[in-house]
Amino acid sequence: MIKKAYFFLLASVLVVSLALTGCSKGAENESGSGKVIKFMHLWPAGSSKQHHMIVEEIIKEFESEHPGVRVEVEVLENEQYKNKIKVLSSSNKLPDVGFTWAAGYLKPFAKGNLFAPLDDVLQDGLKDDFVKGTTEAYAVDGKTYGLPLELNIAPIYYNKKIFKENNLEVPKTYEEFQHVVKTLESKGISPIALGNKDAWTGSLWYMYLADRIGGPKVLNQAIDRSGSFENPALVSAAEEIQKLVKANAFNKGFNGLSNDEAKSEFLNGKAGMYLMGTWELPNFTTNEEIPQDFRDQSGYFKFPTVKDGKGDIDSWVGGPGVGLFVAQNSEVKEESKKFVKFFIEKWGEQSVTKAGVIPATKVDTDKLDLPKLYIDVLNDLNQASNITLFADVQMSPSVAETHLNLIQSLYGNEIKPKDYAKQHETALKNEEN
Amino acid sequence: MNQVMANKKVIFLYVAPALLLVLVLVYIPIVLTGYYGLMKWDGIGEMEFIGLKNYKDLIQDHLFWDSVYHSFLLALFSALSLIGYLMISIILAGNIKGADLLRKIYLIPMLLASVVIAQLWMKIYHPSNGILNHILMKLGVVDPPSWLADPRFTLFAIIIPVIWQYAGFYILIYYAALKNIPEEIVEAAKIDGATPFQIATRIKLPLIKSVIIVTIVLAVVGSLKYFDLIYIMTGGGPNGASEVMASYMYNQAFKGFNFGYASAVGFFLLLICLVATYLIRKLAATGQDTPS
Repeated sequence: MIKKAYFFLLASVLVVSLALTGCSKGAENESGSGKVIKFMHLWPAGSSKQHHMIVEEIIKEFESEHPGVRVEVEVLENEQYKNKIKVLSSSNKLPDVGFTWAAGYLKPFAKGNLFAPLDDVLQDGLKDDFVKGTTEAYAVDGKTYGLPLELNIAPIYYNKKIFKENNLEVPKTYEEFQHVVKTLESKGISPIALGNKDAWTGSLWYMYLADRIGGPKVLNQAIDRSGSFENPALVSAAEEIQKLVKANAFNKGFNGLSNDEAKSEFLNGKAGMYLMGTWELPNFTTNEEIPQDFRDQSGYFKFPTVKDGKGDIDSWVGGPGVGLFVAQNSEVKEESKKFVKFFIEKWGEQSVTKAGVIPATKVDTDKLDLPKLYIDVLNDLNQASNITLFADVQMSPSVAETHLNLIQSLYGNEIKPKDYAKQHETALKNEEN
Repeated sequence: MNQVMANKKVIFLYVAPALLLVLVLVYIPIVLTGYYGLMKWDGIGEMEFIGLKNYKDLIQDHLFWDSVYHSFLLALFSALSLIGYLMISIILAGNIKGADLLRKIYLIPMLLASVVIAQLWMKIYHPSNGILNHILMKLGVVDPPSWLADPRFTLFAIIIPVIWQYAGFYILIYYAALKNIPEEIVEAAKIDGATPFQIATRIKLPLIKSVIIVTIVLAVVGSLKYFDLIYIMTGGGPNGASEVMASYMYNQAFKGFNFGYASAVGFFLLLICLVATYLIRKLAATGQDTPS
């Protein structure tokens, strides 16, 4: 009998000890005095060194100015970050402060009551710091759920050396642009570097053509349902894309190449032009890893105007990038809001000089020593007649999926422009119900 | 010791930790997936019960059926490739020179992470700088295809590295099984005048039949739920040309925010895998001599 009891004891010790090893960790987190803000961001020290350093500094400053508050950081790379946020939110365990994207991405979080409205932070003097129209992209039903850190527009970068060697001028009209494409193509140089595996890259070209042909409103109206996607301007923009594809305007195999692969073709001088957001500016100015030669010979121009089109040359595709949110169920909401405000204020000063990010807050170009390309971009931003938010950000996630797939088949010549527009219209309509 | 093992409670106690893990990590999620499949849910907000609507949509969703078709193509080619592995293994097990070295070489892809394999093959397939198109152009092909961008080739361009990736694994299994065949049986066959081909097909294959069935199940089920290389190399694109069931499920859940629908896809995938396993076992059993 004693023997039996002994074995029972042994067995239960085994089981219990196994179970206990799992719990040993959790307890120690609570030990620090004061409050802890959990903060998740997506700039790892490796791939986004400068960004990471600025964030670290801001956190340090914040902690020294707010004794008793500690910021606990978790860093994940972009795609992983998105997945983790998704998983955390389905179990309602979001970090106190984290990164979000605008419009379509943000909407389910706002509707699901996971993000806290930040209008009080905005009213607290922060509102005037932002460039007009940037915080609006984070508003759902009149409340602002995120405060943007970046503002990007997408110019066409070009290789000055290649242009010069082929006696080409910066195109102002679409005809001139087509001439550039034709000339480069005949010389065996890829006119445009495009990595359309990611599809949003191809969407940029489409959005610009839609803007230049039909004016800045058509696409927005098709998406917010005050208009239709079967608008003739949106169909003819799709036709123009296929004409460009037929003219071999894009590098070979673009539908299977990632944006990074396409970018490296441009950076290696194998392609003449590259349409991309201003987040790439460091590669053309300050990034020491890119040869000085190349950086000196790169410039940018505005997307040319189309004859008889309604869009003007100062209208841009772009919009705010990542923004900060505060979780609705956070136990340290007040502190988190303070942290967000502090972050935005500090970020604006440092991001442009140190990391080459164009912040969503206003920048005084006179005071700062910046490379010329930056000053040009900032000036162009001031003159911008309109900024159309990236289509895949404007749309809800599931319509954006459809849009990106359709973009790929449009470029791949697998779909007629009419059907392309029609399928968009159906997807948007289904969403309405 | 026997006394302990005879006690049901002790047995339960010993099994409990593993059972708990399997329950929490495998069976409960399966049940939950089935449950979510009945919901309209973006993964964030409130769930809304919609009954079998997700499954009805699934049946009409041609993108989904395309992905099912692609999954089955992958499974078919994986299963066919087993014939090749089997032949290689028979040759290797026949004590040829350098068999040991070759066996190790075949194993290398298995040691590489999927991400590495994907990067490697993406370099090979690169439309302008890739080694494959380089060779084709040297051979006089004027305009070699862009393998990962052209919907006619994309799926096959991915199936090849998948098959390559698992070659070592199956060869290892077959090799071990063949080495287990008693030498005397082969000797006896030789003395009776059997040719090497006869020895392979009449003696070796029947003896490792159970292993072959296991590998077929592994290959088919593994292909049906295959995900990694496709996710990295094309993400299912261009426009769904290389979408398989698992990548479709992922895209629906994490890119399209349709958790309910993605759960329905996942549940369907589970059913298909179960049916496939059952069918293969059934087919294999009919070939077997009924024990008298």
